[in-house]
Amino acid sequence: MTARISRWPGIELRAADLLEGKITQTRFRPDAKYAWSAGEAMSRFLEELQNGRFIARTCHKCQRILFPPRMFCEECFRPTDEWTFIHDTGTIETFSVSYLDTDAKRITEPILVGVVSLDGASPKMGMMHYFGEMTKEEIRIGMRVKAEWKPPTERRGSVLDIRYFRPLREGER
Amino acid sequence: MTKVGVVGAGMTLFRRRLQETGKEMCFEATKMALDSAGLTRGDVDMVVCGTAPDAFDGVAMKGEYLLDGSGGYRKPYTRVFTGGGTGVFSTIAGWWHVASGLADVVLVVNEEKMSSCQPHPQSVFANIWDPILDRPLKPNLVWIFAMEMNRYMTVYGVKKEDIARVAVKNKRNAVGHPCAQLADPNITVDDVLNSEVMAWPVQRLDISPPSDGASAVILASEDFIRKRHIKDRAWISGVGWCIDSTMWTDRDLVFPEYVARAAKHAYKMAKIDEPRRQIDFAEPYDPFDYKELHHLEGLLLADKGEAPVLTREGVTERDGKLPVCPSGGLLGVGNPIAATMGMKIGELFWQLTGQAGKRQIPHEVHTGVSQAWGDLMQYGSVVVMKG
Repeated sequence: MTARISRWPGIELRAADLLEGKITQTRFRPDAKYAWSAGEAMSRFLEELQNGRFIARTCHKCQRILFPPRMFCEECFRPTDEWTFIHDTGTIETFSVSYLDTDAKRITEPILVGVVSLDGASPKMGMMHYFGEMTKEEIRIGMRVKAEWKPPTERRGSVLDIRYFRPLREGER
Repeated sequence: MTKVGVVGAGMTLFRRRLQETGKEMCFEATKMALDSAGLTRGDVDMVVCGTAPDAFDGVAMKGEYLLDGSGGYRKPYTRVFTGGGTGVFSTIAGWWHVASGLADVVLVVNEEKMSSCQPHPQSVFANIWDPILDRPLKPNLVWIFAMEMNRYMTVYGVKKEDIARVAVKNKRNAVGHPCAQLADPNITVDDVLNSEVMAWPVQRLDISPPSDGASAVILASEDFIRKRHIKDRAWISGVGWCIDSTMWTDRDLVFPEYVARAAKHAYKMAKIDEPRRQIDFAEPYDPFDYKELHHLEGLLLADKGEAPVLTREGVTERDGKLPVCPSGGLLGVGNPIAATMGMKIGELFWQLTGQAGKRQIPHEVHTGVSQAWGDLMQYGSVVVMKG
């Protein structure tokens, strides 16, 4: 690279060398398990998902309605003030049509996933989720959508209490 | 503040798998940098090691693990980590050791060994997502790039062909790079557009590969450079870094505001008030082809939505008015996260000292900017260097 360097170190291995055990190697599988306390803001958020609604926090100083809710405002750097419910409708800000699962394995039926900004929160504030009841040809940025909730008995206090966001139906707003 | 120069650089081959351990790779890159500067470990006052998550190597305390190979044994030694931003940030950390007057010579060594993680480092990448809001959805890291790319394309009406041109340019530029993993002299825009769709709009050839590799640079004070009569040096004239909120679903992904803030800081220090006129070439972070465009806009080298036009017009080719990623970038040389310093800081040094060989920009260049990016689409680090 530099015109003056003639030897570039590094011995390349092929995937096959590894699989066929042609090289000296050692293996280890960590057994790490975690349980996270959801914290003040997220605990209430997850409880309200079980009730089929979204909750946010307000900051009286910057006047924002913060979603996902948090106990402090990162902008004003002070505690947030009140809980407030927002709507389960919103707008697709961006999305992907994914042929990869979480381990980068290929899947044939693509996942529609993206960010929804929710009505009632400050502009552009939202969450990531799946999209359903629409095809990969129909989905577009700017599309109006609504949360499709699981039946109350199946809700567990998780973002998965929402199946996906689907297009607004006639008469819905 | 003490004036700081880069006086040496080194790097290993970048490959999907290397036989060498992380320590061995660090030693090779460090030794090359020292030899090229005509220095020894004895000349080094302090060492900074940059390396991304411990989980890639599967070794906790990775900084300590890499210590001996990085030349840090029995010296003041610090490991720094700002995700993908480490590729440029570790040099900033090295810079302040010297600029403060605390050290005369500092070694900066970056390493990543992504092949150890089985079967693919993707499963470790997935742990950067928020455990409550995001992980139940079983996300894949490519999603964030896909979502950011789609937002960028849709808001500015950018065509995929114009984004693919970046991958073509960088993989072709990498042909002149002796360490390159994915150089391709014959690649075309159609190859990129016809490659496997991974998470639309991201296709296989839009992405840089996981790699093993290490790189090193040596920083020295102006006094030391003068006393030792070191001729090959490039001065660090500006540094900046900035991070945005991890609440990424609350931000408009169309523009990297954090990169712009980091760039403004670096430009102010370097007394650059018209970056488009005063910067001769750039090495922005290009793990995905659209990221080069996104970052050129963040670096204020293109107006919002204008970077694809500059690319189409050939402005960013090696012989264009503003060469971008003349090294071949991450797309062509490879993406061992932190070790990409070899193409970001290393390439600026080699270009500014006329040592870039086949990759040398054909016209005279005096000022270059490099930038790295990381975490949840939120971190920017910027270094301006002058010949």
